Amino acid sequence: MKTLILRSASSYLLPVLLIFSVFILLRGHYLPGGGFVGGLVAAIAFVLDAFANGLKKTKILIKIHPGFLMPLGLLVAFLSGISPMIIADMPIMTGLWAGHPIPVIGAIGTPLFFDIGVYLVVIGASLTIIFTISESA
Amino acid sequence: MINDIILLPLVVHLFFSIVLMFFWNKVNFQKTFSVCANVIALGVAVYVFMFVYNNGTQTVQSGNWDAPFGITFVGDMLAATLVLLTAISGLAVSIFSTVSVINARLRFGYFSVFHFLLLGLNGAFLTGDIFNLYVWFEIIIISSFVLISIGGEKNQLEGAVKYFALNFFASMIFLTALGVLYGLVGTLNMADISMKIAEVENRTLVEICAVLFLVGFGIKSAIFPLYFWLPASYHTPPSAVSAIFAGLLTKVGVYALIRVFTLIFLDDVFLDNLLIALAIMTIFSGGIGALIQTNIKKVFMYFIICHIGFMIGGLGLFTEVAIAGVIFYLVHDIIIKTNLFLMSGLIYRIKSNFNMKKIGGLYANYPKLSLLMAIPLFSLIGIPPLSGYWPKISLILASFDAQQYWFFGALIFGSLITLVVIAKLWSEVFWKDQPKIEFPKKFLFFDQMKLKDKFLFVFPITFLTFVTLYIGFGAEHIQQLSQRIASELMNNQLYIDAVFKN
Amino acid sequence: MEILLAIMTGILYASGIYMIMRRSLVKLILGIVLLGNGVNLLIFVLGRITKGEPPIIDDSQKVLEGIYADPIPQALILTAIVISFGLQSFAIILVKRAYKVLKTDDLDQLNTTDEDS
Repeated sequence: MKTLILRSASSYLLPVLLIFSVFILLRGHYLPGGGFVGGLVAAIAFVLDAFANGLKKTKILIKIHPGFLMPLGLLVAFLSGISPMIIADMPIMTGLWAGHPIPVIGAIGTPLFFDIGVYLVVIGASLTIIFTISESA
Repeated sequence: MINDIILLPLVVHLFFSIVLMFFWNKVNFQKTFSVCANVIALGVAVYVFMFVYNNGTQTVQSGNWDAPFGITFVGDMLAATLVLLTAISGLAVSIFSTVSVINARLRFGYFSVFHFLLLGLNGAFLTGDIFNLYVWFEIIIISSFVLISIGGEKNQLEGAVKYFALNFFASMIFLTALGVLYGLVGTLNMADISMKIAEVENRTLVEICAVLFLVGFGIKSAIFPLYFWLPASYHTPPSAVSAIFAGLLTKVGVYALIRVFTLIFLDDVFLDNLLIALAIMTIFSGGIGALIQTNIKKVFMYFIICHIGFMIGGLGLFTEVAIAGVIFYLVHDIIIKTNLFLMSGLIYRIKSNFNMKKIGGLYANYPKLSLLMAIPLFSLIGIPPLSGYWPKISLILASFDAQQYWFFGALIFGSLITLVVIAKLWSEVFWKDQPKIEFPKKFLFFDQMKLKDKFLFVFPITFLTFVTLYIGFGAEHIQQLSQRIASELMNNQLYIDAVFKN
Repeated sequence: MEILLAIMTGILYASGIYMIMRRSLVKLILGIVLLGNGVNLLIFVLGRITKGEPPIIDDSQKVLEGIYADPIPQALILTAIVISFGLQSFAIILVKRAYKVLKTDDLDQLNTTDEDS
């Protein structure tokens, strides 16, 4: 399925969708959004690219194996989960927030890092699954 | 930090699993790391057990949200004991996996998934929130799906499809029950549910909800009409995987049943009678199944089903003596079932076959190993000083007190049929001469292995056998422990107070 | 609204279980998907549908006032959706592998595990 329109559009859509996914990830503090949805949007961006340009080119574009994102994201989420135990002597997964919110990004705290971890895991897992299915077809 | 002690088993397993994921392809590193990790996890589990034993029930409100709003983790005596048993079986199976599972399988992240499975098991034992229990169950089944299908042999995939379909169905029923329960009481914290469920006026709906839980957990713990996925799938993966499944996966269903029926759905004659009736049928069908099988692994699988009946029936009797018997049996059963499947793996390595008709002469060729294997087999039957004997006393006493003579009969029948089958197995596998069959050429037999590998094969079995011997000869300690757990379970106010302290 | 959703839940359960009991691997997956959606809808209905504010407390107040929507069923459904997403994708890969190895789509043909070996 290599149409000219989709191929031309995908080169613009990929960065836009990736930025949109980060936007959704950061929005998840108080509004609908968050790591899971953001991760899915980012995964869809790559899947769209794979539809337009073929799986091989997308894999070259991503450079690292998407499976590698899973342990990385898990590690980030894990560290943000246990950091209250180590730093502040609070129960596991207590939200720790750093002072004043930063413009654009918003308040920084362990829940944000947890969400970033989820974001990475979701990208890694969905891309691994989708690539596995489409490769074995 | 000191408050979060009961979460340490979860934290360490998650950490080890993540580290192992980074080293996806490095099989030798994974082997060493996993064994070391399991030794650490065993140390942590012993520490948690001693801490709970000395200081009573511990709770952690995750996220610092007070109960019933946050997810509560509760480490009572039952949970701590099961965490300890999980760590013991986990260590044995991980050592056994290093030599018995071929490298092609280990390369698919076997050990990483294995630690995820242990994480899920520990989480299920420690959580005090019913939805969180569902999430841990899902982690367990997802990991077990991966473990059962790693390798992708023909019968393995077939077993995986059956295993997947029925376990997914069980999860959906569990989730349905959970939804109904939430609609009734409006809370998910188990201690809170326990307080609020008594005030619900629609008792019929509560009973329906209880039956839904029974069906959901019943599929997972393989009780009578719901066990058919077990004989179709448990023998297909490598013996190490079967061992951890047999030892712990069905028992986590039993644990969930114990938790739910001692904390939430109480004083219901219909449910108690239902449990006892199901237990009798489970013992009967499991025993008959074991009698007619000739594949060693299948015989052991039907024993799992048969002996689940003992525990479910004891739960149905619902007296303190019976619950103490159930807990003792659970302790005995986790260790012994893990060991049985490890032994089946060893026998397969020696004889390249699981079929009783085609193997024999083990006692003549390997007298020491045979003696080692005799101990778990005799414990399984319940020859007096060994571990299977003591919990049966409690169960039999309790069934007499409650005048449940059918269950009493089933207990005797179950023990007798275990004896008959083990005697048959002993005479076929150990005493009979080796029948003349063609051995496969490309097969690494036990004799051809290096000494180190042989040691790694036999060590986990010896280790678990010593644990079994301790349970048998140190029965006094285990009995005290079981009685303490039983009294904690029967008096659920203790659990509620621990969750809502402050 | 509740009645409509209840009927829908019933239909999803019935069709999901019917599909699971068919003898085709593909229909097994379809049944699993339908059943998962049915359960999610059930939790949604049983969590009581209320028309109200989102349950966020203003800075000026200490507790929630007025009618507010219960967030827990939605959190439960979201978790359940995520989990069933993982399980379903695993199921698709598993069934595909099984079909390639076993060369059959018929569940009645899957009986090698019951043979003596």
